[in-house]
Amino acid sequence: MEGMMPPPIRRIVVDEPATVVAAPAATSQTNGSTPSHSSPVSVTAPRRRAASLAGGIERMATHDLSILYGDKAAVKNVSLPVRQGEVLALIGPSGCGKTTLLRSLNRLVELTATASRQGRITLDGQDIDALEVTQLRRRVSMVFQQPNPFPMSVFDNVAYALREQARKRPRKSELGPAVADALQRAGLYDEVAADLAHPALRLSGGQQQRLCIARSLAAGPEVLLLDEPCSALDPGSTEIIEDLIVRLREEVAVVIVTHNLQQAYRIADHVGFMYLGELVEYGPAEQIFGSPQEQRTQEYVSGAFG
Amino acid sequence: MDRIGLGLCWAAGIALCLIAAAIVGFMLFKGLQFLRPDLLVTSPVASQDQSKSGGFLDPMVGTLILTTIGTAVAVPLGVATAIWLSEYARPFWLARAVESGVDIIAGTPSIVLAIFGLIIFQQSFFGFLSFTAEGGAVFGRSFLTAGLMMSLIALPLIVAATREALQSIPGHVREASYALGKSKSATIRRVLIPAARPAIGTGAALGMGRIAGDTAIVVILLGATALQAEGSTPLFGTLRGTGSTLTSYVYNNSPAGEGNAPEKAYAAAFVLLLIVIFLNFSIDTIAGRRKMEAAWKG
Repeated sequence: MEGMMPPPIRRIVVDEPATVVAAPAATSQTNGSTPSHSSPVSVTAPRRRAASLAGGIERMATHDLSILYGDKAAVKNVSLPVRQGEVLALIGPSGCGKTTLLRSLNRLVELTATASRQGRITLDGQDIDALEVTQLRRRVSMVFQQPNPFPMSVFDNVAYALREQARKRPRKSELGPAVADALQRAGLYDEVAADLAHPALRLSGGQQQRLCIARSLAAGPEVLLLDEPCSALDPGSTEIIEDLIVRLREEVAVVIVTHNLQQAYRIADHVGFMYLGELVEYGPAEQIFGSPQEQRTQEYVSGAFG
Repeated sequence: MDRIGLGLCWAAGIALCLIAAAIVGFMLFKGLQFLRPDLLVTSPVASQDQSKSGGFLDPMVGTLILTTIGTAVAVPLGVATAIWLSEYARPFWLARAVESGVDIIAGTPSIVLAIFGLIIFQQSFFGFLSFTAEGGAVFGRSFLTAGLMMSLIALPLIVAATREALQSIPGHVREASYALGKSKSATIRRVLIPAARPAIGTGAALGMGRIAGDTAIVVILLGATALQAEGSTPLFGTLRGTGSTLTSYVYNNSPAGEGNAPEKAYAAAFVLLLIVIFLNFSIDTIAGRRKMEAAWKG
């Protein structure tokens, strides 16, 4: 997608101080003023979803979250709600901290030795530091940029999260219904039902990515994190997965990081635009793409830089 | 200039093929000429008359036992070392030290390992591994002691193969497992080791080939005798006892050794060559399967 945009002309306004928008407040304000929902020139994709589900419950939230690698801040003072029943898309140019923010939500960022965190992250009102990290990651699951099924059968991939959760290793027959259910929710069941013993790495890329989503869903997460899940896939597979994400948002809160503005427009209910570690603007997708409040958002979504 | 270089490379390749063909062809000719089925099923007998000196059943069994012991010790040790080097490797200096240690073992000639093993295993502490003479002198030579030293020959190959396989698994595959709420140890057991299994098999097969082909450790640490059990316990007695392998049998029966039965040496060498070629073939099969499986990007 980036290839189709004009060459990057950096038009960053130097004089204007960076203002961080207080997320929930901004939402309510813009909802009240009802901005014109005209799409900017660059985004003309049809919306994949019918309408935002009303009044999602807040599952996760970051409070003044900062992530530092060494003494370099990758995420600066971000406060953001993650609601059930909606897709939250994080957009922004490379290196803006959106993936770091995503990885902090399930504490995967802690695997980087130099990373440190300031501020709080809550899951259902509870500080995630109070949770056992393995427990947290079952509730806040993640799908990666590259499809990465484990080198085992389709069945074993999906059953992976379920096994060893119990002290006793459950038998295959006991796991069967749960595995089938997860595959169904990921829209893969019909394609693989005939041969669940098929090696997962021999599926096509799109199928592998849906298998990874099924694998995450099997753990019964409340929040699903997606890190550019379609960037390695062809348009056909991308379309299938976008449909899937829109359907999934009814059961789990979905946060997706994407480089692809059209994708964010197609599937997101709320969008957060990040730039240089800051959350520049957060609001409904219509606002971010139709009538952004910040100049930098306007420039980014109209393709002036990125 | 380019043409000369190309010609040399081409000639070198052809020459290697010819040499390999010559070895196999010569051993095939000699082996089939002298190999009789009864050689495979009879034990060697000390006799001046070569028609009564028996076959090489014992050396074949010896090769099998020694390869089994060596591999059984080397695989868990090697895999554990590789996992530590690839997944933990802290503190840094210790990882470097372990790496150098593995390299040193890999570079040590097997005759040096054999002599070293003999000194070690003759300590009374290791008496249970071999035969202890009246008065407490420990013999130090047995299938167990030789097998332990043989495991050192296979170890570096297994470490290298496993480690390479682990390092070729992209980081996001590990993270995917962590992101499902799995601990590091569960990730290693359920994802990384299964992914590295073909490589572990390759390393083990390479190691088995090296063990089967080694002579120095057999001559020094196994005694190069017929199967001689120590004590009355059936299996353990054999393992504590001495024996021989195909390599020492070839050596002893060749004109260079004390025996004078080159035709039997040729027959045994042929069998040994078949074993090693079979091992190499199985490595290629495993490696081919691995190529099909490894499909991650990034």
